[in-house]
Amino acid sequence: MNLSFGRGLALAAMCATLSVTSVADAKTFKWANSGDVSSMDPYARQETFLLTFTANIYDPLVRRNKDLALEPALAVKWGQIDGMHWFFDLRPGVKFSDGTPFTADDVIFSLGRANGPGSNVNGNFSSVKSFKKVNDLRIEVELLVADPLLADKWSSISIMSKAWCEKNNAVQAADMIKNEENFATRNAMGTGPFVVKERRAGEKTILVPNPTWWDKPVHNLTEVIFTPVANAATRIAALKAGDIDMTYEVPPADTENLKKDANIKVLEGPETRVVYLGWDQERDELVESNVKGKNPFKDKRVREAMYRSIDVDAIKRTVMRGQSFPTALMVAPGINGYTKDLDVRPSLLKPEDAKKLLADAGYPDGFETGMDCPNDRYVNDEKVCQAVVGMLAKIGVKVNLRAQTRNLYFAKILRSTQDGKPNQTSFYMLGWSPGQTYDVHNVFEQIIETPDIKRKKGLYNSGGYSNKKFDELADKIEVETDKAKRDAMIHEATEIYTKDYAYIPLHQQALVWAMRKNVDLVQPADNTFPLRFVNVK
Amino acid sequence: MLAFILRRLAQSIAVLLTVGLVSFFLFRYVGDPINSMVGQDTPAAEREALKEKLGLNDPAPVQFIHFIGNAARGRFGLSYRTSEPVNRLILERMPATLELSLCAAVFALFVGIPMGVYTGLYPRHWSSRLFQAISLVGVSLPTFLIGILLILLFAVILHWLPSFGRGQTSTFGWWTTNFTSWKGLQALILPSITLGLFQLTLIMRLVRSEMLEVMRTDYIKFARARGLTNRAINFGHALKNTLVPVITVTGLQLGSLIAFALVTETVFAWPGVGQLFIQSVQFADIPVMAAYLMLIGLLFVLINLVVDLLYFVVDPRLRTVRTGH
Repeated sequence: MNLSFGRGLALAAMCATLSVTSVADAKTFKWANSGDVSSMDPYARQETFLLTFTANIYDPLVRRNKDLALEPALAVKWGQIDGMHWFFDLRPGVKFSDGTPFTADDVIFSLGRANGPGSNVNGNFSSVKSFKKVNDLRIEVELLVADPLLADKWSSISIMSKAWCEKNNAVQAADMIKNEENFATRNAMGTGPFVVKERRAGEKTILVPNPTWWDKPVHNLTEVIFTPVANAATRIAALKAGDIDMTYEVPPADTENLKKDANIKVLEGPETRVVYLGWDQERDELVESNVKGKNPFKDKRVREAMYRSIDVDAIKRTVMRGQSFPTALMVAPGINGYTKDLDVRPSLLKPEDAKKLLADAGYPDGFETGMDCPNDRYVNDEKVCQAVVGMLAKIGVKVNLRAQTRNLYFAKILRSTQDGKPNQTSFYMLGWSPGQTYDVHNVFEQIIETPDIKRKKGLYNSGGYSNKKFDELADKIEVETDKAKRDAMIHEATEIYTKDYAYIPLHQQALVWAMRKNVDLVQPADNTFPLRFVNVK
Repeated sequence: MLAFILRRLAQSIAVLLTVGLVSFFLFRYVGDPINSMVGQDTPAAEREALKEKLGLNDPAPVQFIHFIGNAARGRFGLSYRTSEPVNRLILERMPATLELSLCAAVFALFVGIPMGVYTGLYPRHWSSRLFQAISLVGVSLPTFLIGILLILLFAVILHWLPSFGRGQTSTFGWWTTNFTSWKGLQALILPSITLGLFQLTLIMRLVRSEMLEVMRTDYIKFARARGLTNRAINFGHALKNTLVPVITVTGLQLGSLIAFALVTETVFAWPGVGQLFIQSVQFADIPVMAAYLMLIGLLFVLINLVVDLLYFVVDPRLRTVRTGH
């Protein structure tokens, strides 16, 4: 009796192992994120999650490898013919997953669509005058101004099929006011590593490998199931229960708990986004302050005193639970133009020394200022701001914090889109990643250059920091094609803004992904998640 | 009776208009949807163009008239978030919410009423006290906590049930259902319990107190004197007379089951309209939020109407009073 019971148990165990292996052979990879991909159309939005998801189905001309360096995809060779012309030589023999061949016509069509009405990725075409097909495997681009970063920008532009878009009436990217369905919002068909098997918006998206992909797969998946799970606790529970294999966003509070689970591994890396604080340095009197008739933030000594009183390492230890990478620069490592030797924060000041600086500037008793902070945009954003409030209180700067949801917060701090006038903030937190170009110039142009709506510079320079010398350098960097000269100018410009205490860079937040032990994947620093690197054992 | 229904309908329209007004004005303060729709590094001119296209630059009353006019024709426009027609978004998500609410209601009724009858008949029995204690948990713990605890127990520790999602569904026309497969049914269990637990408690307590009351009345004593079986007395006479308040409460609660399914749906990643609403709030997706609020308003109005009519069916006294006038 006992024996047979034992045998039965062994048999049952065997069956269980058998069924497990057969499931494992199928190599299904199930993963979750807090939200769904908002569209299947790769031009619908300039947003990391959408771009990285659709990049599994579509290929760009030039793609990024694990280390974010460019490598050939649909273009095998590319480069500048002269300062104002670029060429892309296309890969021969590539087919779309519906079997139609890929040619230069598709590239010309896609670039036109990405730069056309309804598209949100047309920011990548600001330097482009025109593009034309030379033959089936070569296109050439003519520029308005020299642009050494064209290939970098276009690495996020997926190439679509001309025939497919025309057949399905999706020649233009989905336009917000058109009251008709755009086929490409719900469907996708490209040359990429995966094809869409099933798509139910907000519920589930199933991908399977593209058998006709031009590249040799390094993944071993046979099916990928993506589900949006809004509640973080449910995502973590599902991961622990084995209902999903990986979750893209892990709340800092759950990280330690997950690390203790023997079935789960946690990947942490610095994100390319830098979270920083900025001041209103533009107005003659602050909107939210008890100082009347002058603006304390225009005085470099005040900025220095505040900057050097904020202990980013303490913020890392306490608020961020170790999951941040303090920085002195406005760009992160991995971004072209990151200057390592300048990434050194000035030492912390003792409160009495900081107070002395403030006294020298004419504020012996400190002063009061408002501060704006989001509470649902960056990791622990509100708590970081609260910590800053406490640190500044020690030097006599009383900060009145207003933390609110991102829509209201952005509406309060961003410059007017109509006339470029500054908004209603005095002191604020913002995060920025040069996600289009992976180059420091994007940060210089958008955040540090003097705001000028006509020149489209400094549009996100909410506080209006301005330094003529810096502006000149940034404009030269934009068109300089000689790398050595360009790097030297970047170095000089970086020195200017750090010495000026233009901003208070705080940290890069950590990207935390968690997965089952049997999953092997690559976590690039730009928070993209290419499925082509995933392996399930 | 016709006049009564007409009167109720007129009231309903007034209620819906008010809901429309309130939701419209609420949404003017949820922030600028443009910031969610476009990337942070989108040029200013494009933002402006988009704003103009969406009619966000029109004066508020003009926007409201447009909104009500379109709503009356069932047109809520395109979602800001997904660029899909709002009607289709909601219609696609509706089956999930309705099936979940239905299961939760069935669970609450078919467990709640017997438990109520039992605890009413044997108030001092230890098992009645146990039911009472459990029901206290049902009322006092918030839904999301119950949901997470159930997931922890049945999915993470015991591995019996899936932790989230709808599992397997089949499609009939535009309707997707969980009822055709074992996996689909399994997926329904935890969310239904989570959603229905509060209603169950409510129904059980209501039935219990009504039963206690009814069991003391004279006609029950006479029924006993006539030698009727316990079963006939308890269910045929006692329970039937407790049902009027139960129907009122259940009817109203059915509305709240659908409306408040959003918490349960968020916890279980259940792809229903509630989850859609939450996603839309985070995104300031005004068309979807407006449509959802209007829909829930409509639902409550309809349910109230049905409940009023049901009184006539269940309670003969109401019929005579009305026709007597």
